[in-house]
Amino acid sequence: MKVLVNTIVNGAPVQEAVTPRSSLADFLRDDLGLTGTHLGCEMGACGACLVLLDGAPVHACLVLAVQAEGGRIETIEGLTETGAVADLQESFHDRNALQCGYCTSGMLMSAQALLARNAAPSRDEIRDALSGNYCRCTGYEAIVDAIAATGRARAVTAAPANTEAAE
Amino acid sequence: MTLHIGQPQRRENARRHLAGRGRFVSDLALPRMLHAVFVRSPMAKGRILGIDIEAASLCPGVVRIFTAADLNPRCQPWVGTLDHFAGMQSPPMNILAEESVLWTGHPVAMILARSRAEAEDAADRVLVDIEDAEPVTGGVPVLQPGAARANDAADSNLCYEALLQTPDVDRAFAGAAHVVEAGFTFGRHTAVTLEPRAVVADYDPSSGALTVHQGTQTPYQFQDVYARHFGLPEGKVRVIAPDVGGSFGMKLHVYNEEMGAVAASLILGRPVRYVADRLESFVSDIHARDHDVYGRMAVAADGTILAMEIDDLTRIGAVSAYPRTSAAEGNQVIRLMGAPYRMADYRGKLSVAFQNKVQTSQYRAVGHPIACAVTEALVERAAEATGCDSFEIRARNLIADDAYPHVSATGYQFEKLSHQACLARLRGMMDPGALRAEQAALRARGIYRGFGIASFVEITNPGATFYGVGGARISAQDGAVVRMLPSGDIHCAISVTEQGQGTETIIAQVVADQLGVVPERVSVTTGDTATTPSGGATWACRGAGIGGETALRAGRQLRDRILTLAGALVQTDPATLRLAGGAVVDAATGAPRIALEEIGRIATYRPDTLPDGIDHSLTVAHHFAPGGYPFDFTNGIQGSLVEVDVETGLVTLLKHWVVEDCGRIINPLLVDEQIRGGVVQGLGPAFFEECQYDADGQLTNGSLADYLVPMAVEMPDIKIAHIETPTQDTILGAKGVGEAGTAAAGAAAMNAVNDALRPFGACLTQTPMTPLRILDALDAARQERTAP
Ligand code: FES
Ligand code: FES
Repeated sequence: MKVLVNTIVNGAPVQEAVTPRSSLADFLRDDLGLTGTHLGCEMGACGACLVLLDGAPVHACLVLAVQAEGGRIETIEGLTETGAVADLQESFHDRNALQCGYCTSGMLMSAQALLARNAAPSRDEIRDALSGNYCRCTGYEAIVDAIAATGRARAVTAAPANTEAAE
Repeated sequence: MTLHIGQPQRRENARRHLAGRGRFVSDLALPRMLHAVFVRSPMAKGRILGIDIEAASLCPGVVRIFTAADLNPRCQPWVGTLDHFAGMQSPPMNILAEESVLWTGHPVAMILARSRAEAEDAADRVLVDIEDAEPVTGGVPVLQPGAARANDAADSNLCYEALLQTPDVDRAFAGAAHVVEAGFTFGRHTAVTLEPRAVVADYDPSSGALTVHQGTQTPYQFQDVYARHFGLPEGKVRVIAPDVGGSFGMKLHVYNEEMGAVAASLILGRPVRYVADRLESFVSDIHARDHDVYGRMAVAADGTILAMEIDDLTRIGAVSAYPRTSAAEGNQVIRLMGAPYRMADYRGKLSVAFQNKVQTSQYRAVGHPIACAVTEALVERAAEATGCDSFEIRARNLIADDAYPHVSATGYQFEKLSHQACLARLRGMMDPGALRAEQAALRARGIYRGFGIASFVEITNPGATFYGVGGARISAQDGAVVRMLPSGDIHCAISVTEQGQGTETIIAQVVADQLGVVPERVSVTTGDTATTPSGGATWACRGAGIGGETALRAGRQLRDRILTLAGALVQTDPATLRLAGGAVVDAATGAPRIALEEIGRIATYRPDTLPDGIDHSLTVAHHFAPGGYPFDFTNGIQGSLVEVDVETGLVTLLKHWVVEDCGRIINPLLVDEQIRGGVVQGLGPAFFEECQYDADGQLTNGSLADYLVPMAVEMPDIKIAHIETPTQDTILGAKGVGEAGTAAAGAAAMNAVNDALRPFGACLTQTPMTPLRILDALDAARQERTAP
């Protein structure tokens, strides 16, 4: 028996019949073909499945698809299309902050959420914010560097333009 | 020639991953695809009395349920031995357990259903009746005559034993001023790739073609395995390894489940998907290590290391892994002991024992972390016995940089290494004087810091002596097809594979430099037996050294072909021409003569305008097998700075240093991240990672909530420096680097922890060094001090 779920996925309304026990991750991956959201543990430990639900990162493996009813979901595919994380992606690329790429979507979600609440995090704060994201390949340092660099760059862009006038 | 080789070129294929456009096997869905789930043995050893599948087969969505009787006959059993491991035994293995179950997690039935969820529901309804038997889960006693056997099909629990010795080893010990010794235990751990093992087997009965999409490092090896074990013509078997979410050696072994997916697809004529869930990964992916080592070192009064003696007992699974065996790690442990040092004499004894646990086999840095930790811990004890400091004792004993070629006491041949230069560089980076002063000042305040260092060698670029001589059908050579497209762009199809190391990027850099183009004009294809030439692929740090050399030589052949054609077109001696900037140029002046796209256009669309008889084919194929030394060893040294909380046993990793010599560096950006990732995979098992079993052979922490892997917050920043000693065996001069970080990180960390604990006389010799073990060591030391 399937139930109807209404959500907004990456900006577009989606109405889909799902089995009540389907996780949000299975719904996104299997029903919508959004395979950029990955599954590493299916128990909320690894962070590979993080997506934004109403702006906040959630583990798509722990949330049921039916719980997303009426919600606004953003996956890596959507954030890429809108350009919302373009600078983070560029920083990760510059710094080679990914190898196999399996953790990367989840890392970008955590990074985006961190920078939203703390524009200039210290290295320790970044490491702390990644405490729910496993990466088996990189050793984390490049990821920390990439997030720190993005934070710095965003701070510069966001800085008031009156510095010029003062000169 | 080296415009792009040596540059920190970014990885083109990383863009797809950043955009969520990776293509992993676990993402793949094919028409009519079935999902496989395995029913597994809940006990470590026992006899199957019956399997009742009736209720399960009535479950919704179930298409077929296999037990051994209907599935195994489709597959030739496999045996994990190699001829050059004399006397080795391992009973045959097949997909599903026949009479006996041999470890907790051993597959006994396979369910195929329309969805994974339906297959799982049905699995719950399968009734398996197993008569429990006492499992073999212990250590030394299992090798005593008459001990209960882990696998009744073997004649004892001894899978393999080896002895390696120099004639004068006993004399060296007898004459030594000091003999230091200790026993070590290295826990069992596992790869935990973030993407679990994944396979989609797709047999098409109408054409007789089997296509297997598999997350693996070694597609050719599996093409051969599937052809032979399922009786298919090799040409009808295609293995595709698209993006792979981590492998680290774990995904190149033959597993019951992948063989099961292929067998089921052959029988049903439909695609069969098996993706391990994380709990299954823990009880089916190979585990690594699990060694008890007793080590002794003979030292002269002046600190000269004279000899080592090693006894290594390693406990594998109930069979040896296939096709690389479970004995290769122990074999490397006893051969890598003492490798950085001049030490003349040696005795190494290895015993490989069966037990009822998940099979062990090759995982990143096979054997290195164990050999390195034992050697370097004994070197520290030798330093203490002779009043040297950590740097001084190594300076006295490391093979001198001008003393090559050198043959180690265990028989390894070293072409040229740079231990002394690495040691000097590390000393400069770490500033041990300042660290000692800081340590003393902090100790006065009850803060216990310590640092430790560890020299290492790493085996890379293995030739055929590694597996080929033992009869294993594992290729030591690689192949590349390089071609120029009509546009002048270049394509390279190569047998080495990519799991995120940057293989495709470095191949593009190497090829670009041979053909005078930018790497952006070189596209690279890997990971498909139908579209790339056959080769060994990526393991044992051979991608850059062997793959890179293959690409270089193929690129040069294409270069010569292009220059010949250009010579005819511009009516000039080809010897006066070269390739640069996307064109054929005058070799002396660099003046452009003809663009590559013009040559491509003429050779493709107007070959009629070329001189008669000229070869206008702009495709070359080349295969390269390493010659010269059997391996290209690399070397380096690592340093670790830690702080131990002696109240809680918690260790804070403050800093880590690596000086590494991997020969010619093709891409420093990628090399450094290989080292960092490797270091963290060495620190993980040193402090956190351990597959814990109870006496019944049950894995008690087999989930990602219970099994600890290193997290960002626990890991230190890692400072890296390089010495470059290119190998002369190849034109490129590159050696491997992927395992160097893992090889010595744990050894340096163990020495650092013990340095921190020195004021208490406590000493750790077991990994992982958990808070509990640290507190136990402190307790033991306290009791020893207060004992009468
Ligand atoms: S898959 Fe959701 S946290 Fe691991
Ligand atoms: S890049 Fe592979 S897990 Fe992070």
